[in-house]
Amino acid sequence: MRKNIRLCGSGGQGIMTAGEILGKAASVFHDFKAVQTQSYGPEARGGAARSEVIISDREIGYCGLTETQYMMVMSQSAFDKYNFDLTDDAVVVLDPDLVPYAEYEGAYKVPATRIAEEMGNKIVANIVMLGAFNAAADLVPQEALEEAVKDSVPSRFLDLNLNALREGVKCIRSGE
Amino acid sequence: MKVDMERIKKVLGPKKQFIHGDHALCYGALLAGCTFYGGYPITPASEVFEMMARLMPKVGGVCIQMEDEIASMAAIIGASWAGAKSFTATSGPGFSLMQENFGYASMTETPVVIANVQRSGPSTGQPTLSAQGDMMQVRYGSHGDYEIIALAPNTIQETIEHTIKAFNLAEEYRTPVHVMIDGDIGHMREMVTIPHDIELVERKKPKVPPEEYVPFGPGLYGKKKVPEFAVFGTGYKTYVTGLTHNEHGFPATDDQEVHDKLVRRLCEKITDDREKLTDYETREMDDAEVALLSYGMASRSALGALNQARKEGKKVGYFRLKTVWPFPEKAIEELSRQVDKIVVVEMNLGQIYHKVREYSHCEVVLSGKIGGEHHSPNEILAEV
Repeated sequence: MRKNIRLCGSGGQGIMTAGEILGKAASVFHDFKAVQTQSYGPEARGGAARSEVIISDREIGYCGLTETQYMMVMSQSAFDKYNFDLTDDAVVVLDPDLVPYAEYEGAYKVPATRIAEEMGNKIVANIVMLGAFNAAADLVPQEALEEAVKDSVPSRFLDLNLNALREGVKCIRSGE
Repeated sequence: MKVDMERIKKVLGPKKQFIHGDHALCYGALLAGCTFYGGYPITPASEVFEMMARLMPKVGGVCIQMEDEIASMAAIIGASWAGAKSFTATSGPGFSLMQENFGYASMTETPVVIANVQRSGPSTGQPTLSAQGDMMQVRYGSHGDYEIIALAPNTIQETIEHTIKAFNLAEEYRTPVHVMIDGDIGHMREMVTIPHDIELVERKKPKVPPEEYVPFGPGLYGKKKVPEFAVFGTGYKTYVTGLTHNEHGFPATDDQEVHDKLVRRLCEKITDDREKLTDYETREMDDAEVALLSYGMASRSALGALNQARKEGKKVGYFRLKTVWPFPEKAIEELSRQVDKIVVVEMNLGQIYHKVREYSHCEVVLSGKIGGEHHSPNEILAEV
């Protein structure tokens, strides 16, 4: 089993954090192996941001993606730039307000930014997305993901983040 | 300073963590007993500085931002003479600036550890992307004759372990030791298990009374070519200079014999132990006709190529340098007699490639990739 996962958007959205939480959930709070890599431009905000996570039940040698089976997208430019290597049955989860022109049949559309705003803090849009992404793609057990969130966010924002994660899951479950 | 391992473990937190290579360097340094970090931030090594600034005060250490990389290197040399295990980290352009003081540390036999989170060049190149651009500079970048020890881990776990080893080797040989990672490993996360059973090496101190101490004479209790180190302020006097010096530390710049004896000893204390320092990993070499030779991040791509080649039934093997300098001459020579071809996989336009050719009796080709992306397995296999 080797899952090739890409999370992308623009700098400042929390793409790297989401990738870190996912990899941590898989390897520290579950018994998979995981590698998370990241690349970004020189800007602190804006610019393309990409985090790739490989989850496997065996040692991970090559750390790149030869093809992408799972993709979470939070900006139109990231979608345009990074959809080139999607497999035919890839699971794509995107925020339709940020990626309005994605022509990808079967993509899960999760208005994560709107949901996060309604929850009172736009900053957790990445966590809403992550919850939805994991629910749609079945990457790691939900408990492991929650443990990883607990381990990664400041305690005063813990409830906000856990709620955001669960709102994302709900978004997928209600659509099924 | 006495290492309080219980305190360090408490500061580092849970035994299993998901961290990136830059932080792994810091964890390794802390576990090795590092109490001084002098640095100047530079992408992709800045996270080392940030983490050391957080960690050092918690273990009673000092973290100081210097005005540039030249001063950073000078600061860690000074701290080492005051008895601290000292550390800095940088990347390409900063590494270039440090060269002069690398030579000074070699000449004055100062134990220090430098991490290079490599990026591309020349000049400022691609700051946020990865390369293995300094593999020759680390060996030959400063002027004059000297030898160096450089390690090249390829996982986050190994980055912790190699950093600890680097501190131990620096103490054992009284020399600068480099941990050569790159932007990809620096910013890549994997799960690590923080090692708790660690053997630490401390520099040998003089036992003779100060008036009998010969600061750059033969080692009396350990390696003969590594003299005992008297920490400043402990009652011993040492004159420390980058000039050619006699056994008492005083300049003797016009004496051919003194220079010859000193510089040969500085080189030989490392090259005499070349075999002992040689460290590499092999896979699938028993029936291999072609060997993929690599180190650091490039070796992760070589692993992908190895798996793919074996699935296709190709007799390909894998040879990874864990210690790059001193160069494992004998191991490469033996490898070249075992296979028909060696493909050197590195993220530059050919650095270690030339060194491999120097000791090989078979065909050697380069699979070099630059521009900030790592090799795909297919790119490597195209050279097989």
